[in-house]
Amino acid sequence: MLNSAKDQPTLISLEDVQKWYGTFHALKSISLSVRKGEKIVLCGPSGSGKSTLIRCINALETIEEGKIVVEGQVLDGSTKSIDAVRREVGMVFQSFNLFPHITVLQNCTLAPMRVRGTSHADAERLARKYLERVRILDQADKYPAQLSGGQQQRVAIARALCMEPKVMLFDEPTSALDPEMVKEVLDTMIGLARDGMTMICVTHEMGFARQVADRVIFMDSGEIVEEAEPEVFFQSPEHQRTKTFLGEILAHH
Amino acid sequence: MGPIGEDQFFFLMQGLKWTVLLAIVGFIGGGIFGILIALLRTSKNKVARTITAGYIGVFQGTPLLMQLFVVYYGVALLGIDVNAWIAVAVAFTLHASAFLGEIWRGSIEAVPKGQTEAANALGLHYVSRMKDVILPQALKISMPATIGFLVQLTKGTSLAAIVGFIELTRAGQIISNQTYRPLLVFGIVGAIYFIICWPLSHAGSGLEKRMAKAAR
Repeated sequence: MLNSAKDQPTLISLEDVQKWYGTFHALKSISLSVRKGEKIVLCGPSGSGKSTLIRCINALETIEEGKIVVEGQVLDGSTKSIDAVRREVGMVFQSFNLFPHITVLQNCTLAPMRVRGTSHADAERLARKYLERVRILDQADKYPAQLSGGQQQRVAIARALCMEPKVMLFDEPTSALDPEMVKEVLDTMIGLARDGMTMICVTHEMGFARQVADRVIFMDSGEIVEEAEPEVFFQSPEHQRTKTFLGEILAHH
Repeated sequence: MGPIGEDQFFFLMQGLKWTVLLAIVGFIGGGIFGILIALLRTSKNKVARTITAGYIGVFQGTPLLMQLFVVYYGVALLGIDVNAWIAVAVAFTLHASAFLGEIWRGSIEAVPKGQTEAANALGLHYVSRMKDVILPQALKISMPATIGFLVQLTKGTSLAAIVGFIELTRAGQIISNQTYRPLLVFGIVGAIYFIICWPLSHAGSGLEKRMAKAAR
């Protein structure tokens, strides 16, 4: 654990969240609260609902039942509440999703200018600051397709940071990367964690979880099965499903 | 048989002027309304989607010739006196907007879903999401099909002759009747269409190849 988040206020809370895709019960009464500065790693087999869960937090997915509160703002489906939440929550996707038709710098300045009304000059200053932070400022005038996967993902992180979010969601940020590029992205994320960013990461990078996470949460079939500090989680998992999963994951590492 | 001299050639050029103007008007009008159709066709509003689907269905499912007739004579039946120029411009705009709307709907839907999600996650609203993120990419995807349609539209302007427009084909017909040299006259007319349309087609397929390469 990098810093203690125990005394910090709650930033995100989910209460008894239910989600269905048709008849498929994707999230089964999920309750979770995340304090300011906490780093949560979400893991579990594919289809377990971990991506769906974080996508509910910034309203990319809707929920059928339950309550999600982010920074005191209840997500009630209204445009106002969705806007308020998205202003505070940044997201990084598995497939980067950079805008391919504009430069790296423009990728970073677009949202601050359009959403926050930041002036062009200020947005560029902000963009350069965060591109510098993910160590990719020298590529600012290139187009996304001219960068490697790892570089693109770091730009995606910078793009999200330019909105100065209070929370960062990572949806399997290294899963689409070639092995040699995983480290540069993880290092960037570790740097963010050190600076005290509140983070929820869906990832199978157990080394990262050990090093950074305050809590590791294991999900299976839409439920939270187990939740523990990394030491406990990896040394002595309680549930059989967790043991099986860890056995499969760690066999490759 | 009469000779084909400067006068005849000048007459054909007058016709060509109208052909080009009609194509431009149809394309600009169709472009403006086509974007609107494409946006409504991809909106969340079911009523808007259904209405635009019907609009596209009607104009894609009926001949352009009939559309010209209906607008030209149909509006006159309502007691409104429109000149041929306006009627034809309106008909071409309606026709082109249906086809371009459908082409662009497909292109908007061909932009990967992750782009919309990333824009949403950043908090961008509909207008910015469309203007800054989706439409520029959709437009690029649509270029080959859009240019293909522009070629069709240019050739389709010959149908405007039916409501009394002396565009290129009609001009050719008149010269042909004067000179009794249909083969030569329509050979020239065909060559003029070709000179306009072939570079467009060529540019379209060139773009398509370049995009296929870029996507690899």
